[in-house]
Formats: sequence, structure tokens, C-alpha cells
Amino acid sequence: MEEQKQPVALESSAPVIGPGHSFATVTDKISAIVLTRPTSTGWFVGFGVAFLLTMMMLFAIGYLFVRGTGIWGITIPIGWGFAIVNFVWWIGIGHAGTLISAILLLLRQSWRNSINRFAEAMTLFAVSAAGIFPLIHVGRPWLAYWLFPYPNTMNYWPQFRSPLVWDVFAVSTYFTISLLFWFVGLVPDLATLRDRSQSRPAQIIYGMLALGWRGSARHWHRYETAYLLLAGLATPLVLSVHTVVSFDFAVGIVPGWHTTIFPPYFVAGAIYSGFAMVLMLAIPIRKLYGLEDFITERHLQNSAKVMLATGLIVAYGYAIEAFMGWYSGNRYDAFTLWNRLHGPYAIPYWALLICNIFVPQVLWIRKLRTSPPALFLISGVILVGMWLERFIIVVVSLHRDFLTSSWGMYYPTRWDWMTYIGTIGMFLAAMFLFVRILPMISIFEMRTLLPEAEVKPE
Amino acid sequence: MKHTPIYGLMAEFDSASELVAAARQTHAAGYSKIDAYSPFPVEELAEAIGFHRNGVPLVTLIGGLLGGLSGYLLQWWIATVSYPVNVGGKPYHSWPSFIVVTFEMTILFAGIFAVFGMLALNGLPMPYHPVFNVARFAFATKDRFFLIIFSSDPRYSSVETRRFLESLGPRSISEVPS
Amino acid sequence: MTIEEQNGKQRREDVCPGKKNQLDLDTARARIAETKGPEFWRSLEELAGSSEFQEMMHREFPKGASEWLDAVSRRGFLKLMGASLAMAGMTACTKQPLEPIVPYVRQPEETVPGRPLFYATAFTLGGYATPMLVESHLYRPTKIEGNDKHPASLGGTDVFAQASILEMYDPDRSQTITYLGDVRTWGDFLKSIRGPLNAQKAVQGSGIRILTRTVSSPAQADQLQSVLKLYPQAKWHVYEPINRDNVYAGAQMAFGEPVETQYKLENADVIVSLDADFLSAGFAGNVRYIRDFAKRRDPDSGNMNRLYVAESTPSSTGAKADHRLPVRAVDIEAFARDLRRIWESKSDFVALAGPGSGAAWAHKHEYLEMVSAVAEDLKAHSGSSVIIVGDHQPPVVHALAHAMNQALGNVGKTVIYTPPVDANPVNQTESLKNLVADMRAGKVDMLFILGGNPAYDAPADFGLADALKNTNIPVRVHLGLYQDETAELCQWHLNEAHYLEAWGDARAYDGTVSIVQPLIAPLYGGKSIYEMVALLAGQPETSGHEIVQGYWKKQHPGADFDAFWRKSLHDGWIENTAFQPKQVSLKPVQIPDYAASDAKSIEINFRRDPSVYDGRFSNNGWLQELPKPMSKMAWDNPVLVGPAMAERMGLRSEDLIELELNGKKLTAPVWIQAGHPDNSVTVFLGYGRRRAGRAGTGAGFDMYPLRYNATPWFTTGVAVTKAGGTYKLATTQGYQTMDTPEGARPLVRTASLDEYHKEPDFAREDEPPAELTLYKPYPYKEEPYAWGMTIDLNSCVGCNNCIVACQSENNIPVVGKEQCVIGRHMHWLRVDAYYQGDRDNPKAYFQPVPCMQCENAPCEVVCPVGATVHSTEGLNDMVYNRCVGTRYCSNNCPYKVRRFNFLLFQDWETPQYKMMRNPDVTVRSRGVMEKCTYCVQRINHRRIDAEREDRKIQDTELQTACQQSCPANAIVFGNINDPESRVSKLKAKARNYSLLGDLNTRPRTTYLAEIRNPNPELET
Repeated sequence: MEEQKQPVALESSAPVIGPGHSFATVTDKISAIVLTRPTSTGWFVGFGVAFLLTMMMLFAIGYLFVRGTGIWGITIPIGWGFAIVNFVWWIGIGHAGTLISAILLLLRQSWRNSINRFAEAMTLFAVSAAGIFPLIHVGRPWLAYWLFPYPNTMNYWPQFRSPLVWDVFAVSTYFTISLLFWFVGLVPDLATLRDRSQSRPAQIIYGMLALGWRGSARHWHRYETAYLLLAGLATPLVLSVHTVVSFDFAVGIVPGWHTTIFPPYFVAGAIYSGFAMVLMLAIPIRKLYGLEDFITERHLQNSAKVMLATGLIVAYGYAIEAFMGWYSGNRYDAFTLWNRLHGPYAIPYWALLICNIFVPQVLWIRKLRTSPPALFLISGVILVGMWLERFIIVVVSLHRDFLTSSWGMYYPTRWDWMTYIGTIGMFLAAMFLFVRILPMISIFEMRTLLPEAEVKPE
Repeated sequence: MKHTPIYGLMAEFDSASELVAAARQTHAAGYSKIDAYSPFPVEELAEAIGFHRNGVPLVTLIGGLLGGLSGYLLQWWIATVSYPVNVGGKPYHSWPSFIVVTFEMTILFAGIFAVFGMLALNGLPMPYHPVFNVARFAFATKDRFFLIIFSSDPRYSSVETRRFLESLGPRSISEVPS
Repeated sequence: MTIEEQNGKQRREDVCPGKKNQLDLDTARARIAETKGPEFWRSLEELAGSSEFQEMMHREFPKGASEWLDAVSRRGFLKLMGASLAMAGMTACTKQPLEPIVPYVRQPEETVPGRPLFYATAFTLGGYATPMLVESHLYRPTKIEGNDKHPASLGGTDVFAQASILEMYDPDRSQTITYLGDVRTWGDFLKSIRGPLNAQKAVQGSGIRILTRTVSSPAQADQLQSVLKLYPQAKWHVYEPINRDNVYAGAQMAFGEPVETQYKLENADVIVSLDADFLSAGFAGNVRYIRDFAKRRDPDSGNMNRLYVAESTPSSTGAKADHRLPVRAVDIEAFARDLRRIWESKSDFVALAGPGSGAAWAHKHEYLEMVSAVAEDLKAHSGSSVIIVGDHQPPVVHALAHAMNQALGNVGKTVIYTPPVDANPVNQTESLKNLVADMRAGKVDMLFILGGNPAYDAPADFGLADALKNTNIPVRVHLGLYQDETAELCQWHLNEAHYLEAWGDARAYDGTVSIVQPLIAPLYGGKSIYEMVALLAGQPETSGHEIVQGYWKKQHPGADFDAFWRKSLHDGWIENTAFQPKQVSLKPVQIPDYAASDAKSIEINFRRDPSVYDGRFSNNGWLQELPKPMSKMAWDNPVLVGPAMAERMGLRSEDLIELELNGKKLTAPVWIQAGHPDNSVTVFLGYGRRRAGRAGTGAGFDMYPLRYNATPWFTTGVAVTKAGGTYKLATTQGYQTMDTPEGARPLVRTASLDEYHKEPDFAREDEPPAELTLYKPYPYKEEPYAWGMTIDLNSCVGCNNCIVACQSENNIPVVGKEQCVIGRHMHWLRVDAYYQGDRDNPKAYFQPVPCMQCENAPCEVVCPVGATVHSTEGLNDMVYNRCVGTRYCSNNCPYKVRRFNFLLFQDWETPQYKMMRNPDVTVRSRGVMEKCTYCVQRINHRRIDAEREDRKIQDTELQTACQQSCPANAIVFGNINDPESRVSKLKAKARNYSLLGDLNTRPRTTYLAEIRNPNPELET
């Protein structure tokens, strides 16, 4: 991750927190969003829409269970369609949170403090959205638990040579660790809310969640150690998850899958889309809740730089893929390359190149890096691009493999779309709830950023 | 006010620096059963009150080892002892394929042990604690800093200790009923 | 009714869940009163079934037909209908036929549950019998195999015979006798025609007309003759849309008598086919011909044959040709004439180019080269060559061929003449014409249509349907398997007994008579044609058994009849019934002058459909979903157009076009068929049925309206115009070329005979050496068995037989057109057809692809639940009940032979299908992956036998379903650990190669490269 270290380090001019803030103001401003501020109608509308989309997803899944995966566009040879595309896409998005919290923490990037909280939440929700797909995409979803090793009367176990089993472990581990990390980070702030909230129920609930935190020096000491250790563990983990996901393809022998470049460029791609999503959330939130003091230009800039860097890694990945297709002299790989450029799915492929490689280059321009609307737009483009990338890898590789006789085409059905858009709704609904009931910025970590937090030697 | 057994004496400070200084003096003064509370982690504070031992890293290490071992052994046992079967012509004990799960299990267990170890050592969750009886302590999670000398301290005496605390120039001093 | 009967009824309904208390007792009593003992329950079943049945009959389209466009609701609808058709006791209550029939292998009393018995019987198509053995599980026929003892089969079958088992269990089959749509009983029918028949006696039956399909059955012919004796004025008409009128007319022209022409391809070094598709089902004797042809294709034998094909429609025969010339059907005659003229009048190209020559035809040079080369080759192989003419070619071409075969001295060696197999070889078109004339003239009082569906498939200009409707013939009786278009127009419809339910006999192409044994009592109590004719002959109560046995008693009197009878049943044919070669002398043939065809005007060809024949099989799901050999098309019959013509007209596949012939218009989709002659279109008959059943009704387009009495097979002058709009077609093969922008892929590997001799192991691609691995390979060599398969691409003629055999053996579901369009067909074994080279006349190759059973199976490694793992004997096993359906295995299978149950494709309700299924094979459910298992159930059967006798499985005793049914012997399966096994020997051959071997999958199924034997003169 050297790449994003540099841009971050370069930038020291812009402040990470607005001027004129004290412990009290920081605490009040952030906790007020949850405790005192009235819930805006905008929130209700937004949540309502997201909720309806979630319901649509549940309906699509219900129908899927009744009729079978045949309601989707998948077929032979394209055995994997939207489900896997969306799975990889969401998992990728889910990388930013832990990355920001863990890696930037280890790198002592204090600017992370104001965005790590909701980035982590975003991670949890993205991973949950991703987690739905592997479960429902199987032909007999009610037996999906057979992928977990558990003692059973069949005396039979999962087949540990299969990348899908690796996935199960990687994703569930990632979710668990991210959850712990997020919750541990929340505890002191929950204590703050406990002590700030006026209503009894709120006090009780937050109190329970705060586990009776009282900020004792001993506790803080162990807490810090654990938090640091967790960050240390999460760092290799976050790098491993998308590596493992990329194994789903790299281990296969399908031309377009069977390549060693996948792990690094999957990870880069994940962070790429992850930061894009962070920005897409951060930019509106800071505006709506007036948090410009905490999520400053600097945060936006740094995120943009991370995207720029990872975007270049991804571009490198594409280049190598193309190069190997030509250089290997393998007639199947060569055709896969040709098919991407000229085949029936050429348009999505070119669109992918535009979204992921060409458009983001404008981030070299400082003016755009610092303009929220521009960043918001570019992030959207990148998210689309990354989805297309997964579509190209999954569908376009499969639809024309070795035997020309069994080439096919893939056409998603309305159920594919409903499920996909539904998960976006679910993700947003969760985000809406989060910003409403939990401090979306780590209060205690913000306090440490204030000058008065310095302990002056006597 | 109603007489209740005293849990300790609590002094309130305005800034981290004051608290650290106060803590140092208290500890130097020979008080051992003391504690300090701050709204955010203050590095110097722990050693200021003479706290050094920290079990969390060890617990985490144990967890990691446990996870890694169990992960690999499980796979090895399944593939070669419990249900050996020819899969795609690969040997039963195809260790390269077992690395990923082993790694994930290591992380998983280490992480869980770290968090729950930390909580356990901190004696959390603990919804009730005497310090909460002090009304102003609510600010310990906002912008105030507290130092407490427990009544269980051998050198504790309601008069002496209070005087000593006053000498540290706190914002206020309050008795903590238990 | 009596107490016993009531008790009986109670019992019956308790035992057999089904339609209870459907009928009020009075009507039941009334009906039952007329029926006698053994038929009692059957009539109850008929009654029970009636309600839904009438409903079905009274609507033009079956219930919910409109929903068929939506795959999902269609499937639901199918299940519904299936369930509603379930009859009281249909499921568990079949009886063994009362008459003794003789098992092929062992005596019935030795019946062991789970051990099938095999009975010899025969399937008849166009009068020609395909002898076969039927596997029967506890008296339920489940699978059809070739009769390897029978000279006309030698173990092979054709697709129609294979699929006929499904036809028998078809729930849409007619299940009751009806009068004007109301349910009646056999008794009612007898009563109602007794009067009219007696009336006919007075007038010597001058008002009786009997219409049958081609009859080759000696017993039936005998019956019909006796009927004609009884009613001297009665007439017996014969008609089938796919008839051999031209063949007999040609023989008439050449020899003055209608004779059957048989070919001995095992003796032929050079075969010239003039539009004869003799390697595909429907051609008389194709099963045997394929076997003989394939035997002579072995490049190592040193006497490989050479095949020239001039054809008007790309066919599997053309695909196997060493030299193929696309010629319009009208120009075939010119080709034949030119052939003859070259070595009769020593004429050269110049002379050829003269009048009466086909040289006017487009590809002049190609044509002239070909025709002269063929002529030379034929001359060079006098006596060991043969010229075969397609049934649809006009008599003159047949006559020319006869003359040439005679001149070449092939007669007696590669060609023999026998009496016709057809017991009544009249000109069938004429025959039907007369019938219609009589109907219109009001001469017909009683019309018996026994089998056949003339209302649908008669020549358009006869207006037979109209005649049936409007000439109000007092008694119109239709006997048929289905309530079809003809049944609709007859007062009486009698449900016919399927040939697997009834006694009979029939002649194979060589005249050998097979006895048709019933495998099961008629499911719906139908009557066979024999019983029907017996009724006309005045013996209404004689059973089919009595009729057939009685006839042969007459032929074979004497004490040893029982032995003779047993043997005939056991073997599946009657000794010494094959026709003896007939000495015929060539008359001075008066070949009419040649009228050169107009090369500009577009020709239309009418052909029997490779899947549904003339439409009689259109409700057979297996056949409907069977990809046609050349186009890989399922469920439809688009108009075939050549690439050049399509380009001229700016047509793309699936475009709708309008065909206009003699003022009649018809709209249908187009399929661009590489190798189709220019200025010519081909349409296939048998689709667009209105009353076929759930599978056939509405599928495809009815081409009969364009088919006229004068031009039943082809004619020029059809107007083709773009109609606008498109129509979705279902092809099961993605692409039909091996060429990609990044080079051709070595899927089918071929060489000419010379190249092969120069470099025998040309096909061997550099596979990574076995020891090139980090892992210790699995010790298969130490196992007693290691199963492997070879498929000889040289022998394979792409007849699709293996596909149907596999479908039948392994309970493979039918998914319907909509799913086929998406690409979800379920065939475990598919036959890929590839084209290469010139689009107007490409080389074509077939490649059957079952599971390769890779030793390093990519599918297994990626399965997360271990649902597909390797057996010690090298089988790539599928554990259905462990599969959760991630489809990862299919993605990772480079051969894409895995099939997935995306929806609930299997029909779990229809009771008939429950009876049909192979009890040794799991019926898969939704969400499960499936694929070829090398017929593991058969392996285990043999294993049990072998272990019981404490020996190893013999190489010869074990055959997979595809292998057994293959008429070409292209598929060989066996133990590769045994160096003596056939499969080991074949794998040792130089031209043995593994598909995609460079992936190091180590497939157990390997291919023998295809070797062509081109004429050096034509090699360019």
C-alpha cells in the first residue's frame, strides 16, 4: 500500500479538523446528530425509498426460492451471472472501511479519524449485501450451510481444495473482524451518548451497549493495545479477502480467469471502489449534517489520491492481462482478449476502460480533487466501472471458452436486476439507520486531534 | 447528606496535562490504589498511575496459534483421515490448498481473543460502578478529567487524602459513595 | 352390477389412488353391462378419464396453450395437465399380458425385481421394421435397444425406434373410444356398425373404403385380403406422406415390375449418392447401411470406401462424403444423365456442355470436374461400386441408376433386387386421389382410416380434410394413437393400441419378418389395427395374439409349431423369411428426353423431418428436443436457405419470409444452412400440428399446404419474399465453426488418407507428459478396472441415436423450446456439428461429446461440497444428493458437458412417466448438477453378475447406452487396464487423440481422428 502513503504524506497543509473546536463542541456537534437534532423529512424519504427497494429484493429472493435459479439469466456455459458479479462488487466496496481504520491507523494517518467510523459501518453493510449472493445463488439455497464444516450424520465435509470454501472462511472472518473492530471503536462513544442522552430508554440502550465504559486509564491502555493489535490483524486480512475472492477465478481454467495477476489487481480494485463509495457517502453526509469541519477538503483530497493510485494499479492489471493474452501465444487466451475488444460484449468492455482508467485521470487536477460535486460524480463513474469489470471477468470469460460448440450468450432477467438494485436499497437503508442512531464520526478519536489533547511536559 | 461507606475520593481536572501531573504526584506520594479517567486515551496516564502489566498481546498470540493450528489440523484430518477421497487426481494431503483457511482461522481467533480478552481483563461489561454515583462524572466522557484515590488504599484517610488532593489544585473534589 | 364387482371396484380404488367417484353409478352400470370380464377395469378407467378428455377435445387448443410463451407458466401447465390426465390405477396396476410372450434372456418365472428382462420385438416406420430388444422392469418397458442378432439391425437402432417408448407412455395419447366427442365403449361401437356392415354385405361392400398406412405385415395383408374377399367391391387404399412411389415407379420403368432395391455397402468401394440420405433414420435399411458403411471407413483396413454425394439438402450423408456437390433436386437428373453419357458415349466436357446436360447449372466447372471424376471412379470400380438414389427423386433418375448399376455389373454384388417389402405397392398418391374422388362422388358409405392422419398430411390439392367434413359419409371411423386432425373429422374415434401394447408382425428392409410382441397390456385398452381389421373380417372378438399366431400357424403347419413360435419370438425374427434376390432384366429403357430446369427459378424441397418424420412423432418431447443433425435446431422447422441466396436477399437467420407457390402463401422463419444449393430452399414436413398434444401442438410451421399431389418432393417456381419480423429459433449448438479470429481450434482433427499414411500420428497434440506434476498421480493402474471410451469420428454419421438412447437410459428430462433458446437443454451426450471451408460447400464433421471423465478433473477440484469426486476406477462421479448447485464445476469444465437443473425440469407428477423411467437411475430434482456417468448403473449390474460368478467383467458383456444403440459402432467402451480390450486396442491407434489434451485434464474419453478418402483427381 505504499502508493497511498505518499499522497497522504505529501498533504499536510489543509487541516484535518476545522478551527475553533474544543472537546465540548466536538462532542456536542457529533452527538447532537443522534440525540437532539430532529429527524429531517429528507431522512424519512430517503430511508423510505431504500426500505421499499429492500422489500423488492426480498420479494425477488422469495420468488427465487420458490422457482429456482432458472428465473435468472444464467445458463450453460454462463453458470455465474449477476449474483457473483454483485458479490465481488460489494465485497470490493467493503474493503475501504477496514483499510481506512486498520492500515491508516498503523500508518499513523490521523486524518482517518473522522471518516473511519462510517467507512467501517459502510464496510459492514457492503459485506452483508455481498454475503447474500453466495447464499442465494446456489441451486438449493436451503442447503447452503453444507459449505461450513460441521459434524453431520453423513460424516461428510466440505472440500477444502475449492476456492468457494476459502471464500466462506475469508468473508465470514472478514465480517466478524470488521464487526469487532467497529464495535470496539464505538464503545467509548456509546458511553458518551449514554451520558449525554436525556431520554431514559436511550440511556439504558446506549448504557447496555457501552458495557459500562468509564474511561479508566487502565482500560484505555488495554483498549489501545487491543485496538492496535486488531488493526495489525485486519491489515493482512483485508488484503487477503479479495485475494481469496480472486482465487475463485484464478484457480479456474477458464481463459480470462486463469491468471496470476488477479490477486493484486483485485485488491487494488477493491480499495478503488471502496474509496469511491466512501466519497459518495461522505460528500452528501458532510453537507447535510454540516460536518465540513470534521470531514475537510483534506479528507476528500486524500481519498481522491488513493483512488488515483489504486486506479493506476488496476490499469496496470488490465494492461498485463492484455499483454499476456498476446504474449502467451495461447490461442484461447488470445481469443479471450479479442473477444473482449470486438466480441458481443465489446461495449461494456470499452465502457469499463473509460470508467476505470480514462475518466479518473482527471483527478490529477487539484481543482477537481477538491470539488465535492466533481468527486461525487467521478466516484459514481468508478463504481459503475468496477461493476462492469466484474461483469467482464465473470460473464464475458465464461460465454466463450474452449469449445466453440458450447459458446453462449447471457441476458439478465428482471429478477437479476431486482435483486441487484434491491441490495443497493438494503445497503442505503442500513446507512440511513446508522447515521441516525450511532455517532457517524468517532468522537473520542476526534478529541485526540484537538491541540488541547496534547499533554504538556511540566 | 446521608452517611454511606466511602468508595474513594475523586478530583476533577480541566485538562489532560493537569490530570497527568496530578496522577504522577499522587503516585509519587505513595498512593497505589488510584485510578484516572479521561474522555480519550492519554498515553502517559497509565504509567503515571503506575500501571504496566498488560495481558492483551499474550492472549491474542494464544488465540492466533489456536486458530491456525485447529484450522490446519481440521483440514488435514478431514482430507486424509476422516474421509479421504480422490478429488481431481490431487493427493489427499494437498497442503497448498489448505493454507488459505489456516490463515483466515488464525486471524479470526486472534481477533476474537484480542477483543474479548481486552474486555475480560478490563472487567467489562460492568453496567454499574460506584464512580457513576458522582453526578459530574458524566463529563468524564465529554471534556473533564478525573483522578480517584480508593478508600481501600492503605494510606487512605478521609481527611489527609482530601487535603492532599486539594493540594493538586483540582476543579472540585467529591466523595464517591459505594 | 354384481357384489363382487362392487367389492372389486372398492378394492381397486383403495389400491390405486386416482380419480374416484367421478362417474355416477347408473352410467357406469350401463357401460359396464356391455363389457366383458377382463376389460371391465379398463372400461372403468376410460370412464374415469373421460371428463378431462372431452374437455381437451372440445377446445381447439389444449388448456393454457396461450401461456406457452412464458417458460415458467408453461412448465406449470404441463405438470397440471399431466396430473389431470392421471387415471385411476394408472400408476401401479399394469398387468402382464394374458398371452404368453417369450423373454429374450430368461424365463419370466425367473423374474428378479431389479433385474430387467429383454423381449424381442420390432418398430415399424413406413412399413419397414426396425428389429429391437425392449428392456422391461417388472413388466414395464423402459428402454429400447437394437437386436444384435437381427441381420437388419446388428444391434443398432434409429432415433424413431429409440423414442417410441416415450410415445407409448405419452399421457396425451387417445385414451378412449369417442363418438362425436362423447365417450363410448367398444361395445357401443360394435353395436353401431353391425347394421351398416350388414347393409354393405348386400352390395358386396361397394361402399366400404379402408385407408391404411404402408403395410408390410404379412398377417395384416392377409387379413385385409380376406376382408376384400368378404366384400369384393370394397377398396383398400394406402397412403403415407413419406412414401416410395417414385422408387417403385423407377423400378417399373427399368424392369417392368416394382422391385425393392437393397444395397450391400460392405462390398462397395465407391458409393455415389444421388440425393440419397441413406445414413439417416427414415431411409429404408439405414441402420444396417450405417453399420456396413462405417465398417468400410476404417483407414487401417486398407480398403476404405469412397463416398460421393450430390444432394439438394445438406444431410449427414453429405457430411460424411469425401466429395460433396450441392445440386438442386431438379438438377440431379442432369447429373445422372451426364454420368451415364460420359462413359457410354465417351463424351468430354464439350459434349457435356451440350443440350440435356446439367452443365447449365451454376457452378459449372466444379460440376464438370466432379461428374467426370465420379464417372472415372465408378468405371474403375465396376462391380464394387454402387449408385444410390434418394426416394424423392423422380422415377427416371431411379431408372438411370438401375441402368448404370447394371452396366457397372454391380447387380448381385453391391445391389440386389427383391420383391417389395410393401405388401401392397400401389402408387399411394394415386390411391389416395381415387379415395377422395370416390368420397366426393358419394360412393363411400363407410370409411375406415386405420392409423395415419391424412387430414393433416394429404396433398394440399386433394382437399381431403374438406372432403371428410362436407361429403357427409355416413360412417367415418378413425383408429389412431392420438385425437388428431383426422379424428376430429370422423364420428368414431377408436384409441389405437401402441405397437408395444399389441401383437403384430412386420418385414425389415430385407424382408425378414419380425413378430411384434406386446410388452405391456394396453394402458388405455386400445385396439390394434389387426383387431380392427378382424372386426371387418367378421371376427370382432379375436385377439391380436390369435390373429398373428393363427396366420403363422397357417404358414408353418406341423407339430413343431410351438418350438418354431418360441424361437421366432425369442430371436425376434422368423427364419428364412428374408427375400431371396430376384433376377430382373433391364427393359430397353425409354428414358424421356431431358427438360432442362430453369436455373433462375427458385426450387422448394419438401423433406421428411429428421426428428418428427412426417408429423406422427410431433408430440414426442425427446424427438422435438433432439437437435437436427446439420442445423442443431430443436422444436422448429425453419426454411433452409443457402448462404449465397440469403446474402442476395439480405436474409439473416430467424428472419421471417413468405413462400408463395401456386398462389398459396405461407410465412415461416429462415435458417441459413451452409452448403445448401443456391436458388433453392428446403422445408421440413411434420410441424405446425393443430391437435398433436402438449409438446407438438403449435410447434413449428405446417408446410403441407404447399405440397401438391403433382410435386410432392420438389418443384421450382416458388416465390420467396422477406416478410419482415423475426422468429426465435432454438439451436442447441453455440457456433458451428472451429475457426476463431485467433486461429482454428483443433477440436475435430482430420487428414486425407494419404496424409494419414504419411504421418499416422498427425492428430497427437503435444500433451504435457504424465510425470510432469508435483503430485504423485493416483494409482489407477493397480485397480482391476479403469473405464475408458473411444469415439471414432470416422465412423460417426451424426445420426443422433446415442442422444436419444442416453436420454431414455438416464431419465433425462425435456426442457421445452423456451429453455432451449436460453441454452439449458439437458442432453448428457451431445453431437457437435462443425463446418469448415467454403460456406457454399463446406466440409462438415460430427463430434459426439459425452463427459470426458478426466483423470485430472477440473470440475472436482472446485466443488465446495465434494459432490463430484473420482471413483477408484476413474469415473467422475456425481453425488446428486450432496450437490448444492454452485455451478462452479460447469464453469470449470472445458468441455461444457455438465447440465444443470435450473428449474424443476423433471415431471414428477405424470404417472405414465413414473412407469417409463429407468429404476436404476436417480430422477434428478431442481438445483442439481448432472452429467454423463458412463452408465455407471450398467457397470454395476455387470459387476454384480461377475462377482457372483467370481470372475472379471468380460469386455463384450458391458456396453453403455450410447454404445449399444450406435449403428456405426463408433463408440467403444471398456476397461483400459486390460490391454486386450477393444478400447485399449483403439486407444493404441496412432489417430487416437484427446480433446483439449493440452489442458492436461487426461480425459478417459478419447477420439479417433477423422480420415477422408478424397479422389486424388479432385484434390485441390
